[in-house]
Amino acid sequence: MVGPGRNPARYEGPAVRFENVGLRYGRQTETLRDVSFDLEPGSFTFLTGASGAGKTTLLKLIYLALRPTRGLITAFGQDVATLPREAVPALRRRVGVVFQEFRLLDHLSAFDNAALPLRLAGLKPKAYRDDVGELLAWVGLGERMHAMPATLSGGEKQRLAIARAVVGKPDVLLADEPTGNVDHEMALRILRLFVELNRLGTTVLIASHDQDLVRQSGKPVMHLARGKLGPASVGRAA
Amino acid sequence: MSESNLTEARARLWRPAPLLPKEDERDGALVFVVAVLCFLACVAALAALAADRAATGWRGELSGEVLVQARPGPNETPALAAERAAAALAGVPGVTEVVALGRSEAEALLEPWLGRGGLEDLPVPQLVVVELDREAPARRGALDTALQADGVDAVIHDYEAYLGDVRRAGTLARAGAVGTAALIACAAAAVIAFATRAGMAARREVVEVLHLSGAEDAMLARLFQARFAKLAAVAGVIGAGGAAVIAAGLRALSGSGGFLPILPVDWSDLPWLLLCPLLAAFIAALSARRTAMELLAGFE
Ligand SMILES: Nc1ncnc2c1ncn2[C@@H]1O[C@H](COP(=O)(O)OP(=O)(O)O)[C@@H](O)[C@H]1O
Ligand SMILES: [Mg+2]
Repeated sequence: MVGPGRNPARYEGPAVRFENVGLRYGRQTETLRDVSFDLEPGSFTFLTGASGAGKTTLLKLIYLALRPTRGLITAFGQDVATLPREAVPALRRRVGVVFQEFRLLDHLSAFDNAALPLRLAGLKPKAYRDDVGELLAWVGLGERMHAMPATLSGGEKQRLAIARAVVGKPDVLLADEPTGNVDHEMALRILRLFVELNRLGTTVLIASHDQDLVRQSGKPVMHLARGKLGPASVGRAA
Repeated sequence: MSESNLTEARARLWRPAPLLPKEDERDGALVFVVAVLCFLACVAALAALAADRAATGWRGELSGEVLVQARPGPNETPALAAERAAAALAGVPGVTEVVALGRSEAEALLEPWLGRGGLEDLPVPQLVVVELDREAPARRGALDTALQADGVDAVIHDYEAYLGDVRRAGTLARAGAVGTAALIACAAAAVIAFATRAGMAARREVVEVLHLSGAEDAMLARLFQARFAKLAAVAGVIGAGGAAVIAAGLRALSGSGGFLPILPVDWSDLPWLLLCPLLAAFIAALSARRTAMELLAGFE
């Protein structure tokens, strides 16, 4: 069974650290201001905030799709600002991302989509075929692995996007509104999936404005409002 | 074969789908453009080979013989002057044969320049054709000395000047063809660069997802590189095939001599066209890679 595992790198500090990070898109006012936090290895955290608060922006900073306009971001102890370009792909492979709009590749089957990170890491099909099949079965897509994304339901796409994000056993899993397109029943199923992954060692950060889900999870919450991170709180256990 | 064996066999045969979506209709137009460029490059290359062959041929013919024009003295007929010049030149070492041309032969020689007929009233110069030994041709100075010694007033047509002209023309034709081929190669590279740009723009979402999923720039560039190299190789085969058909047609039309005045094509030229698909693929790969790496550098 493919469970997410820990990367063997011998770094003991926080998986991700933000210190007074600011981000400005073009000339508008800062979208993020003085954002500081640590994601401890093995932690499970929710990132909440109204639509437009900057949740997606913050996640993008972590998976290096954006560079901060000021402040310091370290991933696994490395300052991302001084990271040479050649080192970025390897770092990205340690971070699994469930994009808000899934971003599945339409021309690839569910199986090939899920296997993508392993393929990009240079693994041969023979080496990952069984693992990917098991993972897809685990997220409930065992019967749909040859389907094309266009034929999948919203919930199936969501779970496929999750499978792709975790297939490479990343150290950190980022999920952007992973329950935004599914009913409450499916949202709870997906939440249980994340909790299971976290139990196996993956650091999880989920951006969500689904207050019910956050409350039910009983997990710590970071709240974004007007570009600033409010004091940490904890969702009430279900 | 049992059901599970069948499933197992199918699983073993399974290959992941290509990372880039299959080619779409736009590629037809691109193959056409690159094929036309390859065709033109092949024609230019064949022209260079033919020009080279033509120049060599002319040079060979010209250096094999010399024309001498005898000027009759005050009490001499032109024919007699020609006879005397021929006699003077016959003994010179390096001369194999000397022929004084009669009036009709001289007219035939001049016909390409002056046209048929209408020469009756003109004083047609008396010409002496001197065949030279190809191994050790007589030098111009030796011919001059021999004519002077016998007191013959004659002009030796300056083939060295002609030879220089022919050589220059051959060099020019070759340089022109090489320059044309180089220009076409640049145009092909530019077309592929445009196509790579367009391809990456059309596939931006795919490229970005691959990029964010940890794909190395070089690996992404290789996807485009391989794709356009394949496309250019196909176009190269089409273009070179077209040029080969035309070249073979020219060669067949020119008969067994293979010496058509304008483009003396030879069967041995055709294998060179095989280089075209290889070169096209190489140029396309280089251009696509360069462009892709350049664009990827703009990705965060
Ligand atoms: N690429 C961009 N260019 C300019 N402004 C952007 C861009 N992306 C997001 N923004 C702005 O930044 C703010 C935060 O957006 P986002 O991070 O997507 O918020 P959330 O995910 O919390 O809804 C919004 O006001 C949005 O309009
Ligand atoms: Mg968002």
